[in-house]
Amino acid sequence: MTTTTATPVTTIGKKRRSPGRTDDDTRPTNWWVTALIAVCSLTVLIPVYLAVVVALKTPDQLDQGTGFELPTSIRWENFAEAWERTAFPQALLNTALITVFAVIFTLLSNSVVAYALARQLHRPFFKGVYFYFLAALFIPFPIIMLPVVKQSALLNLDNQLGLIILYTVFGLSLNVFIYTAYIQSIPLELEEAARVDGASTWGVFWRVIFPLLTPMNATVGILTCVWAWNDFILPLVVLTSPDARTLPLANYVFQGQFNTDYTVAFASYLMAMAPLLLVYVFSQRWVISGVTRGSIK
Amino acid sequence: MSTTTRTARATATEAAPIAPKKRLALPTYYWMVWPAVIAFAFFHTVPVLVGLFFSFTNYAGYGSWNFVGFSNYVNLFRDDRVLNAYGFSFWFAILATILTNVLSLAIALGLNAKIVARNFWRGIFFVPYVLAILIVGYVFQYLFSNSLPKILASIPVFRDNILTDPTWAWLPIVLLAVWQSCAFAIIIYLSGLQTIPAELYEAASLDGAGAWKQFTAITFPMIGAYFTINMVLSLKGFLQVFDHVVALTNGGPGTATESVTLLIFRGGFSGGEFAYQTANAVIFFIVITLVSLIQFRVLQRREADF
Repeated sequence: MTTTTATPVTTIGKKRRSPGRTDDDTRPTNWWVTALIAVCSLTVLIPVYLAVVVALKTPDQLDQGTGFELPTSIRWENFAEAWERTAFPQALLNTALITVFAVIFTLLSNSVVAYALARQLHRPFFKGVYFYFLAALFIPFPIIMLPVVKQSALLNLDNQLGLIILYTVFGLSLNVFIYTAYIQSIPLELEEAARVDGASTWGVFWRVIFPLLTPMNATVGILTCVWAWNDFILPLVVLTSPDARTLPLANYVFQGQFNTDYTVAFASYLMAMAPLLLVYVFSQRWVISGVTRGSIK
Repeated sequence: MSTTTRTARATATEAAPIAPKKRLALPTYYWMVWPAVIAFAFFHTVPVLVGLFFSFTNYAGYGSWNFVGFSNYVNLFRDDRVLNAYGFSFWFAILATILTNVLSLAIALGLNAKIVARNFWRGIFFVPYVLAILIVGYVFQYLFSNSLPKILASIPVFRDNILTDPTWAWLPIVLLAVWQSCAFAIIIYLSGLQTIPAELYEAASLDGAGAWKQFTAITFPMIGAYFTINMVLSLKGFLQVFDHVVALTNGGPGTATESVTLLIFRGGFSGGEFAYQTANAVIFFIVITLVSLIQFRVLQRREADF
């Protein structure tokens, strides 16, 4: 029963083989499984396909069919109308600003904290802080939801800035956990060489450690980006001004107001999904390896 | 399971003190940590404590309040709406957890086999991860309320818009959740499967073990830790379901699909039940923690039995 004492997070990943095992793979190609996987992947694509074709149709054509038919004539006005009604440029700008700054602040601050914790983990104070952050992972969001709204309203943080701060701070728990394990695997000798040359602790961190953290920065950056871009509940409860609305929130409001304009609504969904989807399509392998690294470290 | 045990011990020794013992670290290290601790305490721990405090009052979210002792907590257990929300959340979370893990493990096995264009398929299965649940949820909502009634007109449940059917409205929510969360689970299982040395399978097939035997004797035991972590994280996440419900049914019809998080949100913000729903959130926290711990214990024991 020794296994119970060790968390699987630390035990796994050690014996990992390199991801691409294509070179040494001498098995014959399995066509049955290929076909099966192809069919299964359709379930992923069906909703995406539906979103695209409905967004391009005229309301008349949509009423007559099931929604899956290809559009007979393409109606670009759907996008123009959705652009107006959801105040798309404003929502996109808000979401982009919140996401970009949340990612930047998270990378710059959480890595520093994790560095100090990782290097001093043998001291009670730092160990205490580490477990303090870790324990917060178990606290579900609903318990802080109501008070945090009061607090952010009181501090005039019921806006984009407030969300940036909350994402940066709430992310600490998971990010410190991800960074720390990685920093501990960086040999101390690398730092000592810089210290002999007269670098301060800050200097060591920014010039030696931070560049070495690039893979973990990618992981934390991707996780924070996807979270901040797609999050619904935090903007829903924290933001008060309509001018501050993020993309998911704008679509939520839109949904309530224009219940039956499905073609316009779908154009709006597509515009909200497109930016991150495009980024993903162009950096697919990089994103997947980043997320994998974070989950098994 | 001996390999896992050995690596666990190895990590334990690695974590031993690396620097010579001094009583205090350099001040710089404290400066690196303090601001984060203060910010975290202020934005996370203080709200938790404030919530805990108000859960013993009758605060409505505005106006004056008095202490009411444990009466919020006592009332929770008599409140049908609350019990109904817990019932729905658990039913949803258990189904979604099982389905997500079975399906994503199956797909990960397929992706780990020698197939054509593996990276392409892997990329496709990961797409749902980058899409907002709320927005995909709206697409699903159209699918269930407008498309399927026409396509599956011969099946009564679908013909009459399943989202407005009190007995079946949970089904689309489970499907949306599984559709979305498989993306992440597949990637974790896939990286688990890639840790298994191919020699094990070669040895097993020499001994005449079939595919199913190989799965139960090698594959599943070898990815036990991944299975445990996926099950615990899925259940914990699904219990807090919110976006899915808002997008598909908004808790309806009636309160048939009202989850605990949605109830806390509604009661707390628009229902004048700030204190009462905070008490609900405290109970919810205790329930989630207990469930996660029990699940962890049970699954790890099972892991060790192999």
